Amino acid sequence: MALPTYASPLERLWHLVYLVICALVLLFLIAPILIVIPLSFNAEPYFTFTERMLTFDPAGYSLRWYDTLLTHGMQAPEGPRDGAWWADAWNNSAWIRAAKNSLIIGISATVVATVLGTVAALGLASPAMPFRRVIMAMLISPMVVPIIITATGLFFFYSQVGLANSYAGVILAHATLGIPFVIITVTATLVGFDYSLTRAAASLGASPAVAFRRVTMPLILPGVIAGALFAFVTSFDEVVVVLFIAAHDQQTIPRQMWNGIREQISPAILAVATILVIVSIGLLTTLELLRRRSERLRGVTPS
Amino acid sequence: MRKLLIMSTALCALALPASAQEITVMSFGGAYGASQMEAYHKPYMAMTGIKINSVDADNPATPLKAQVEAGNVTIDVADLEPSDLVRLCDEGALEVLPLDELPLSPDGKTWEEDFVEGGIYECGVGTIVYSTIIAYNGEKTKGVDAIEDFFDLEAFPGKRGLRKSAKLTMELALMADGVEPADLYDVLGTPEGIDRALAKLDTIKPEIVWWEAGAQPPQLLADGEVTMTTAYNGRIFNAMIEETQPFEILWDNQILDFNLYVIPKGAPNRDAAWEFIKFATDTQRLADQAGFISYGPTRKSSMALVGLFKDGKTQMASHLPTAPEHMEGSLVTSVEFWADHDIEISERFNAWLAAN
Amino acid sequence: MAATTGGRLLKAAVTRAQGGARRRAFLLVLPLLAFVFFSFVLPIGQMLHRSIHNPAFAANMPQISAWFRDNPVGTVPGEAAYAALVADITAAAKARTIGVVGTRVNYELSGTRSLFTSAGRRAARLEPPYAESLPALDAEWASPQLWSAMRNVSTAYTADFYLAAVDMTRATDGSIVSVPADRKIYVEIFQRTLLLSLLITVVCLLLGFPVAHLLASLPMRYSNLLMIFVLLPFWTSLLVRTTAWIAILQGQGVINSTLVALGIISDSERLSLVYNQTGTIVAMTHILLPFMVLPLYSVMRTINPAYVRAARSLGASSWTAFRRIYLPQTLPGIGAGSLLVFILAVGYYITPALVGGASGQLISNLIAFHMQNSLNWSLAAALAAILLGVVLLLYWLYDRLVGIDNMKLG
Repeated sequence: MALPTYASPLERLWHLVYLVICALVLLFLIAPILIVIPLSFNAEPYFTFTERMLTFDPAGYSLRWYDTLLTHGMQAPEGPRDGAWWADAWNNSAWIRAAKNSLIIGISATVVATVLGTVAALGLASPAMPFRRVIMAMLISPMVVPIIITATGLFFFYSQVGLANSYAGVILAHATLGIPFVIITVTATLVGFDYSLTRAAASLGASPAVAFRRVTMPLILPGVIAGALFAFVTSFDEVVVVLFIAAHDQQTIPRQMWNGIREQISPAILAVATILVIVSIGLLTTLELLRRRSERLRGVTPS
Repeated sequence: MRKLLIMSTALCALALPASAQEITVMSFGGAYGASQMEAYHKPYMAMTGIKINSVDADNPATPLKAQVEAGNVTIDVADLEPSDLVRLCDEGALEVLPLDELPLSPDGKTWEEDFVEGGIYECGVGTIVYSTIIAYNGEKTKGVDAIEDFFDLEAFPGKRGLRKSAKLTMELALMADGVEPADLYDVLGTPEGIDRALAKLDTIKPEIVWWEAGAQPPQLLADGEVTMTTAYNGRIFNAMIEETQPFEILWDNQILDFNLYVIPKGAPNRDAAWEFIKFATDTQRLADQAGFISYGPTRKSSMALVGLFKDGKTQMASHLPTAPEHMEGSLVTSVEFWADHDIEISERFNAWLAAN
Repeated sequence: MAATTGGRLLKAAVTRAQGGARRRAFLLVLPLLAFVFFSFVLPIGQMLHRSIHNPAFAANMPQISAWFRDNPVGTVPGEAAYAALVADITAAAKARTIGVVGTRVNYELSGTRSLFTSAGRRAARLEPPYAESLPALDAEWASPQLWSAMRNVSTAYTADFYLAAVDMTRATDGSIVSVPADRKIYVEIFQRTLLLSLLITVVCLLLGFPVAHLLASLPMRYSNLLMIFVLLPFWTSLLVRTTAWIAILQGQGVINSTLVALGIISDSERLSLVYNQTGTIVAMTHILLPFMVLPLYSVMRTINPAYVRAARSLGASSWTAFRRIYLPQTLPGIGAGSLLVFILAVGYYITPALVGGASGQLISNLIAFHMQNSLNWSLAAALAAILLGVVLLLYWLYDRLVGIDNMKLG
């Protein structure tokens, strides 16, 4: 908010203080993310800035932790980096396996959550929906119930039905956790949806399925994708449930990081963190571009 | 034609298991898990062709119990601490092992004579003797020679690292307060004894950093976060030798404990699991694992075979907890005591811990 | 009366069409509902059931449990009771369930587990009269506390774990008393969890309000850029952020090293900022701040700046205009953000586990302890049920005040 021309000196001073406070809070928010990046290049296995790093001595910096991401868990890490070495890395490296698992589980859980969630949101947005509040509450509850309760409940239940230590179990659990996000974003998008468009489509001869596919879907797509992204990030970042119900084969990146914090405490997890931050920036950019596209489609001029 | 089909399928079925057998072994991970991989898993895989899936857990007892209760066991062999073993064995969650099938030692001793006391139970065969010791940075802290120094904040300023559990912490406090190892569990079994241990811990409480995972103490020392810390001796040893950290170990009043291999009830490959355990706990294998981490073997006959560390330079014998020069004042964790009193003492300990 | 072209009554036709719309809407929601029911509601319900149902004693010691049912509190156990007990112990020892039984009694009365396991080994050789031969093994068998404890555990359905979860227990006569002072933990940790969460909510509100206001009042171009500062932490992994805080706050970390380098504190007086409550508060504030900023931002965006300008033009000072015009309009956002942050803070597990040390432990960490270390699943379930109750209450409050349909995530 621009300062009005009639502001008194005290107000100007307060405005300056307010801007400084905001700057400090934003710094507070971003500082830990930024700290992680230079630390990941630390040549020594500490979580602190060494003397050599602070004086920008090149010897204090190295890519060894990024290298560890490839070699940790391999059977023959010391050999020459030829085709067989890369094959070994692909099959056995703990972090690469964790990345594969995270992607498999994340994408599968996102697909399940998005499909089920979008269909349900369409039903929920309809004004004729019975028991709307109760059902909405039940569907949002995975987001609100403390994760430790969800994890322990799923642990007992999955042990009984045999879903523990399996990909299917983890994917279902993550889908459950991601569904509230899909519901929230898609219903928010549907709130502003102009139903006269579907009625117009019907009047022109389109069946409900065709109207959905060609009229509704493109318009709610930003909301669906936003929800899908939220669901993906929830699954990608989730560690407590994985701690309880996943077996060794299904270790995801956060699970491996948890190992890294507890067991092999090494800045390798900071290298992973840096990569994840870069990926997050990529995701954020995607979201922003989608938001601008939706505004263009709706004909809203950005202010 | 049909007969031929059935015959060939049967033959195929017979042929397959021999080559496709796998077993799953669960252990504690970290440097310790790596040492088991080198000393037991790889030689076994090379010898028999059976693939071993190594799985890690913070404490294998929990997933094991859950699996047995659910009736859906995927683990074949698990590595447990004795107190968990005794509890699970009493609850019928573990197979009773045919101990008479264990191989003899090279000099002809049976398992009853060869395994040290506390190293073998009807449900589990011991692999290592490890101990919890006090470690410190030899360059920054000098003159540490008794565990009373751990509680001396004036002569040795700085924070202390302790394991976040009643076990190992209460014993240390009592021994530093002057209780003899022989009387320790009698004292700890009384309310006054518990009060005494907690009072001793109160003297350093604001300076304590609590650790839970075995890899944390070396990290805390390396970061300079603590001046002295309790730790598992093998992890400190690896930091000293492999990472050339200037750590030192105080062996006085070390607290010894075991790790043992068990088979959960309902394990999918029970017979193959037993074959693996017989192999992994024979004299040579137990001596081999001491070459990868400084934990003592549970068989007396293995001690003579212990040689160099994998770096090819360090003599292991003097770094093992069971070396004669370290055994002075040592305490062996009492399994029966903790199986009974763990719940009560942990409640007192947690209440003390949570109070500001 | 109104009628449609087909001749039916209009009212009936509308109802029929609406019923169709209702059915269609419900059918769309049904797959997800079934999915959430089976993958979430059912497991949680089952876990809560475990908190009141523990058949370890009742199922494995049927005869003595029957005796307890037939004889009221205060009956002195006679030969029949001892005979039933010995028969049960012998059977349980053979079935290898004596350990489970002993553990269950041990939850009530410490030190009794070994009593059962050692009796199990020798029970088969006991001779009647059992009222003498059993106490001859160990005098503890005749003690009234043991019999009272066994009576308590002899029913599969019990409220005792809930009692334990609020630091209560049953005395010998069956009344409910508080546990000794040196054993009380749970009430204090619940209190600490609620107070810390409240503190974190207030701090998030104080820090988040100016930032949300700035973002809402800047033009979209700039606010989207600055929003990155809020969203990037939101999207970054929780473990990464927590580890970063350890690196910043620890004894040799960034803050302490900077202060020492600037000469503000000396080397031996380094601040203890992590592995204690301070660490928990700082790290959790950082993690929950975006959850406060985003709802506030979306509400503030909708506030028309003309109102404040009008107030100023009518002579209000900027403070009065803020207090009486702007602030009330942001109340829905404040309510939404605060409740959301509070609900999330109350259930947090990872951050207190990594940076909280001992004094920064919250109730979730105790639940995890009972799940994984002491393996007392019934107590873990009871604690979880109480926590769930608190959260559901707050959630209901959130729904009444704000409405779940109105939750926006930016």
